[in-house]
Amino acid sequence: MQVEVSLTVNGKLYKQNVEPRMLLVQFLRDELRLTGTHIGCDTSSCGACTVLLDGKALKSCTMLAVQANGKSVKTIEGMAENGALHPLQEGFHQEHGLQCGFCTPGMIMTAADLLSHNPSPNEHEIREALEGNFCRCTGYHNIVKSVQYAANKMQAS
Amino acid sequence: MVPYKVSYHKANSVAEAIELLNKYEDECKIIAGGHSLVPMMKLRLAEPENLIDISGIEELSGITETENFIIIGACATHADIGRSDIIKKHAPMLEQATNKVGDVQVRNFGTIGGNIAHADPAADWPTLLLAANAKIIIQNAEGTREVDADDFFQGLFSTDMEENELITAIYIPKSAANRNSVYRKFPQPASRFALVGCAAAIEVRNGKVANARVAFAGVSATPFRDSGIEKALEGRNFNAESIEAATSNVANGVSVMQDHFANEKYRRHLAGVFAKKALTDLA
Ligand SMILES: Cc1cc2nc3c(=O)[nH]c(=O)nc-3n(C[C@H](O)[C@H](O)[C@H](O)COP(=O)(O)OP(=O)(O)OC[C@H]3O[C@@H](n4cnc5c(N)ncnc54)[C@H](O)[C@@H]3O)c2cc1C
Ligand code: FES
Ligand code: FES
Repeated sequence: MQVEVSLTVNGKLYKQNVEPRMLLVQFLRDELRLTGTHIGCDTSSCGACTVLLDGKALKSCTMLAVQANGKSVKTIEGMAENGALHPLQEGFHQEHGLQCGFCTPGMIMTAADLLSHNPSPNEHEIREALEGNFCRCTGYHNIVKSVQYAANKMQAS
Repeated sequence: MVPYKVSYHKANSVAEAIELLNKYEDECKIIAGGHSLVPMMKLRLAEPENLIDISGIEELSGITETENFIIIGACATHADIGRSDIIKKHAPMLEQATNKVGDVQVRNFGTIGGNIAHADPAADWPTLLLAANAKIIIQNAEGTREVDADDFFQGLFSTDMEENELITAIYIPKSAANRNSVYRKFPQPASRFALVGCAAAIEVRNGKVANARVAFAGVSATPFRDSGIEKALEGRNFNAESIEAATSNVANGVSVMQDHFANEKYRRHLAGVFAKKALTDLA
């Protein structure tokens, strides 16, 4: 069985026939070649595959592409606008919020969800919001600072 | 990981979902948030031939109230429940629980209906619904039936529900006990599921405990109310002394789970510690 899925990804509408068993993360990576969304654990734990679905952070390894039919997805590739980094991307750059960078797209998408409803989170709130995102390198300290950098910058503008 | 081949059907109403459930009988599974089912399908612990997606059904979403009940739609997500002022006002333990289920991503898409239908022994909602004296509304081709939470959870991943039935809503009584309620949880540090969770709803009248409901998650294969604690509290003053006495022998007679994170002795000990914390919050 194939099902037609229409998804708006980073503002662009895609219509494609997929098998219902295809995961959203496979659809993004293998069909659309948007490989910025990573697969870490493939067991819903690490958050590397996080994207925004209708604005809400989602582990895209834990949803079938058909479940997202008709909805709107934002991936890390959709964050920069007109060649300018998103404040979160800039924050991770400025505050050394990454080492190997594997977790970073997921971190940024989850942080984007947080900032959309809490524009000036404190450290505790940032750490709680990022509970479902694992980083094996940084020890999280600079990730918190990166999110604070973005929050400050977005508040100022 | 790739799930086994499956066909997909989107239900746009409860009636349509029931029709599909009867058409495919034991060859189908409902999918709501998919946050238990998809991981199971990826591990091929579940291999349904047909999926019936109920997540878009308007009638199943939202949180409303009547004079005596809060009504939570089966497809309300953990995050929806956490944001509800009705819940906050009438059943604080439910609001507290929403911040403790999994992580932000799970809370955005997992639903209360899927959570209780799945009946994981370490899940939070079954225990909360026991403590809240909730009613679960179930629909099938014949009509609607109502089951008390006390009778709904029957064992490991097992409930009082047939293959062709659908949970439509959960009724939470607006009671004095639910207004004075709390949820305390010790999460397994990696999975966030409850190593131990304790939900307590206590009504105090004229200085004495008039009604106590205390339930545990993660402790045994089936979530349960601890009648030992409840009986020890009822009729007593609600203070440090009565709490100490009531929590000195928790899960008495209950078969306690063990795994490589917590053996039976440690889990039982944690249950006592978390019951005491929960009750102390309320006293
Ligand atoms: C990383 C991670 C961490 C988690 N941590 C926790 C935690 O700490 N505590 C906790 O309680 N849970 C936790 N969960 C589970 C999570 O809460 C799930 O969302 C929930 O258990 C299932 O809800 P769902 O809507 O995703 O259901 P689905 O996965 O869609 O369905 C689960 C089961 O319920 C059935 N079903 C769904 N809806 C209905 C309905 N309305 N009527 C009848 N049957 C139905 C399905 O057929 C299926 O068998 C976690 C999950 C993940 C992935
Ligand atoms: S790859 Fe999805 S949570 Fe790890
Ligand atoms: S930077 Fe390497 S995993 Fe986070």
